[in-house]
Amino acid sequence: MVREITCTQAIAEGYAVAMRKDPSTFIVGEGIADRGGCFGHTTGLLVEFGPERVLDMPISESGFVGMCAGAAACGSRAIADIMYVDFTTLAMDQIINQAAKLRYMSGGQYEMPLTIVGVSGANRSGGPHHSQSLHPLFMNIPGILVVLPSNAYDLKGLLAAAILTNDLALVLPHRGLLNARCGVPEKDYVLPLGEARVIREGKDVSIVAAGMMLHHAAEAADKLSDRGISVELIDPRTLVPLDENTILKSVKKTGRLVVVDEGYSNCGVGAEIIARVQEKAFDFLDAPMQRIHPVSAPIPFSPVLEHALLPDLDKIVDVVMKVAR
Amino acid sequence: MKVTDQIKISLFRTMLRIRQFEMAVREHFQKTDIPGFAHLYVGEEAVATGLCAVLNPDDYVTSTHRGHGHCIAKGADLNRLMAELWGRKTGYCKGRGGSMHVYAREVNLLGTSGIVGAGLPLSLGPAIHAKLNKSGQVSVCFFGDGAANNGTFHESINLAAVQKLPVVFVCENNLYATVTAVHESTKTENFADRAAGYGIPGVIVDGNDVMDVLEKADKAVARARSGKGPTLLECKTYRHFGHYVGEPGTAYRPQEERNEWAKRDPIRMFCTHLVENGTIDPEGIEAIEHEVEKEIVEAVEFAGNSPLPDPQTVAQHVWSGQ
Ligand SMILES: Cc1ncc(C[n+]2csc(CCOP(=O)(O)OP(=O)(O)O)c2C)c(N)n1
Ligand SMILES: [Mg+2]
Repeated sequence: MVREITCTQAIAEGYAVAMRKDPSTFIVGEGIADRGGCFGHTTGLLVEFGPERVLDMPISESGFVGMCAGAAACGSRAIADIMYVDFTTLAMDQIINQAAKLRYMSGGQYEMPLTIVGVSGANRSGGPHHSQSLHPLFMNIPGILVVLPSNAYDLKGLLAAAILTNDLALVLPHRGLLNARCGVPEKDYVLPLGEARVIREGKDVSIVAAGMMLHHAAEAADKLSDRGISVELIDPRTLVPLDENTILKSVKKTGRLVVVDEGYSNCGVGAEIIARVQEKAFDFLDAPMQRIHPVSAPIPFSPVLEHALLPDLDKIVDVVMKVAR
Repeated sequence: MKVTDQIKISLFRTMLRIRQFEMAVREHFQKTDIPGFAHLYVGEEAVATGLCAVLNPDDYVTSTHRGHGHCIAKGADLNRLMAELWGRKTGYCKGRGGSMHVYAREVNLLGTSGIVGAGLPLSLGPAIHAKLNKSGQVSVCFFGDGAANNGTFHESINLAAVQKLPVVFVCENNLYATVTAVHESTKTENFADRAAGYGIPGVIVDGNDVMDVLEKADKAVARARSGKGPTLLECKTYRHFGHYVGEPGTAYRPQEERNEWAKRDPIRMFCTHLVENGTIDPEGIEAIEHEVEKEIVEAVEFAGNSPLPDPQTVAQHVWSGQ
């Protein structure tokens, strides 16, 4: 039997896989060394890799992300653990203007083996500054890989893979899934980036959902199956690169598509995926494609408001019912 | 570092290369051969020259929007630098960067920068890379008085101080950030005074005296190399021309002030010093001037004759392995 671990533990293991594989890898962040990170997600790294490769940082997001970008250009492999993805905004210049473009601006003189890890998504009243899903922002910038894992197994392997590529990557574990467990091999492994997974096969409607939304969609699929609607559920796992083929193949079979995502709708994941399917599989469609996103407002604090804002089981069931009709 | 006559003459040559390069940039910008923006380093040559003279070839430099001087002092090839400014395929960055985004890996020049203050965090990267690899390399970070009021100044200097990173922070205080005089943006007299707040040495440098720059840079670099951490150098200097080539109004800088600084032209001052001390005679100076002139003419020809980048390659170098 494969042992089960949480996403929190999977983060630590994913870091360790990459750090073992490439000794030039170092990690920085706030309280990540002897305190093991504010979620406990870096536990054990200091002991295994030592203080030269596991460094505590002052609260200087721009400073340490820029440092990592510079070091990555010089040939180190760098991990910036930025705690919450909300805090990437403090380092946006270094991410968007420097790290994402450095290879391009230099005409290919430098690589950018830098990975930024920030917990993402709404969970129990984190409120406007600790709940955001900012991945669409980064998807809009050429040169950034965007990884949105939905479970501990994928998280470990995709995180290691992201660190070991020579591209800037953002890995965004969901805060609400940090304690979610699943079977994860103890051994070191790396998963391919850009490969979606078909979570369940179906014939009536395709649903694409990553991260936490995948879990809501899975519940919805159960409920819909009771009502005689067969859902094919796809976890894209990485949004950049996006495994377009798996999605197209599914839509060509079902003729219907619903995208669920925790980022906002305007220029969001739904818009992108639906546009691509429209371009490449229009003739296969039997109904208008639909997208389900949070209400376009900051993530509110009060639990009733937070709940009202986010996509959930009922909203997904409603939309799919309409599409399937 | 013992400054031999030979070193002094090479300092002079480097300053002159920068000056003449910039004058050519000015000319060809005005002729519209060079697109975009051009921020000239004329008047500030002693800073980059004195600083880079104490560096090893594999030490790192991060630069600014006013960066041609740093590139040249660090040893960048004039032809490829000029070609980059012209947006040509043969430029350092194959025309993807231009004046404000020059990267020259072969001399560890980690970029001029279109974002004021962005080079400070980035400069910590080579430093921590060097520290991890115990390579003994040093990272030098040039930035302006304007950049010193960006938040990255605080984050980067503090971070470098606590991590004892081998960085030398070089504030080029040319008294203006675009049209804003330093006394309008900054309450302290000297940026170097801020070093005390980070627990590192801060040193005021005469940025128009290449020997003063060299001497103080030498100490700061030695300190960084020996693992004692960063130093903040503040080089007082002045740009002769406007903020960029073609800047419409220049009235914000009093004529009297400009005249005073013109008298302290770093190249003329050093030339006089060299001749008066018998380091070199006027014929020797003239010979160097001709040699440099030839190099610059060649760089302009190289750039002008170089092919433009192939539009088909526009998406190349976004991702690794492309
Ligand atoms: C973040 C940012 N803000 C503003 C600008 C526009 N800008 C370009 S150069 C400059 C002045 C910089 O002054 P200083 O740092 O003193 O350098 P100097 O031009 O004097 O060499 C400004 C405001 C910019 N490029 N980047
Ligand atoms: Mg200035």
